[in-house]
Amino acid sequence: MIALLQRDLILAVRAGGGFGLGMAFFLIVVILVPLGIGPDLEILSKVSVGILWVGALLACVLSLDRIFSLDYDDGTLELLLTSPIPLEAVVTVKSFSHWITTGLPLVVISPILGLLLGLQVSDLKWVFISLLLGTPALSVIGAFGAALTVGIRRGGLLLSLLVLPLYVPTLIFGANVASKGLADISNNSALLILTAVTLAAFSILPFASALVLRINLR
Amino acid sequence: MLLSVDNLSVSRGGISLFEGLNFTVSTGEIVLINGGNGVGKTSLLRSIAGLQPIDKGKIAINTDNFIFAGDANGIKTALTVLENLRFWSAIFGGKNLHEALEKFQLRQLKNRFAGKLSAGQKRRLSLARLLLTDRPVWLLDEPTVSLDKRSMKQFSRILKNHLEAGGAAVVATHIDLGLTLSSLSINLEDYQMKNGNINASAKAFL
Repeated sequence: MIALLQRDLILAVRAGGGFGLGMAFFLIVVILVPLGIGPDLEILSKVSVGILWVGALLACVLSLDRIFSLDYDDGTLELLLTSPIPLEAVVTVKSFSHWITTGLPLVVISPILGLLLGLQVSDLKWVFISLLLGTPALSVIGAFGAALTVGIRRGGLLLSLLVLPLYVPTLIFGANVASKGLADISNNSALLILTAVTLAAFSILPFASALVLRINLR
Repeated sequence: MLLSVDNLSVSRGGISLFEGLNFTVSTGEIVLINGGNGVGKTSLLRSIAGLQPIDKGKIAINTDNFIFAGDANGIKTALTVLENLRFWSAIFGGKNLHEALEKFQLRQLKNRFAGKLSAGQKRRLSLARLLLTDRPVWLLDEPTVSLDKRSMKQFSRILKNHLEAGGAAVVATHIDLGLTLSSLSINLEDYQMKNGNINASAKAFL
């Protein structure tokens, strides 16, 4: 399984699997929105959490179809299905490697972008924590969508339509954690629910994705 | 016995491909599957590998006992030959990496990106995966596609060695692999349903 993770990370770097792509997209969204809204820092800091979260969400969707489609096209997925590694583990590892290449870079640069949007330095930690806890769920939910659309040519749009509604709980509670934190209100419950959503996604969805992949590979 | 197929019926896209197929494979045996395009050779192999559901009958095989090589090579073009093999070696827990490189004449190419290989070289790389595991049953779908004469001979030799070492194989192929060992040859066209009868049983009555 470590070999699979290593391979996916190498491929993401070498073949442009979205390592920089998601981050560049996130950066552009976060820079473009203030250009549209105007330079008023008060308004910007109010909408900053929303911008950062929606930006992260869209950047994540951008590279979802690559999770399985490349392995499907070259026959690797079929071979992995007959290998000693359970398909559920393959899905989990691939979701995790997607998070490392897409979600994690967004989490890392989010405090810098938060500064650009007028957030106080003391508030940046909430943006960071909420994205750190929420983005893994985006990858594993996205992997489920990618498994559903794996055999479909140009299934990218369908994939986004399927996945974006499933992102709603993560978005609501993720943004809630950050905005409550920013307003100095206790955000413990939102924090727990966000963590629960991520953990539930990681414990249930790999099984669903593996089942769907088995059907799609028939 | 490593594999037994009992009264197997398989269809694809709602159309019956073959029915009532029986055969067994034991240590040292090879079954050659032939028949025209679309007769169900690939579907049979995929069914044995558990990649495709069956309509009727039974396939008895230990899932840890076989390795499948389909028509797609399963090669990552952005990885080198060695990296591709190392990946599959790690997946299957095999140790024969250098032997596999040697036997399929890939040593010279080991640091070349798989995307820069010719179709035949890619095929050799794909087949080298077979040597990375001790799994006895090889399920091969048209393994010699794109191979030149020399590579084909070499592959036949490797297959023969595998069988002599106690392995077994089910191979869908159109060409003569030149195996001198006794092998069972099945033409799937004999198992197609025609006018409500299976060809093979019709022949048996005649």
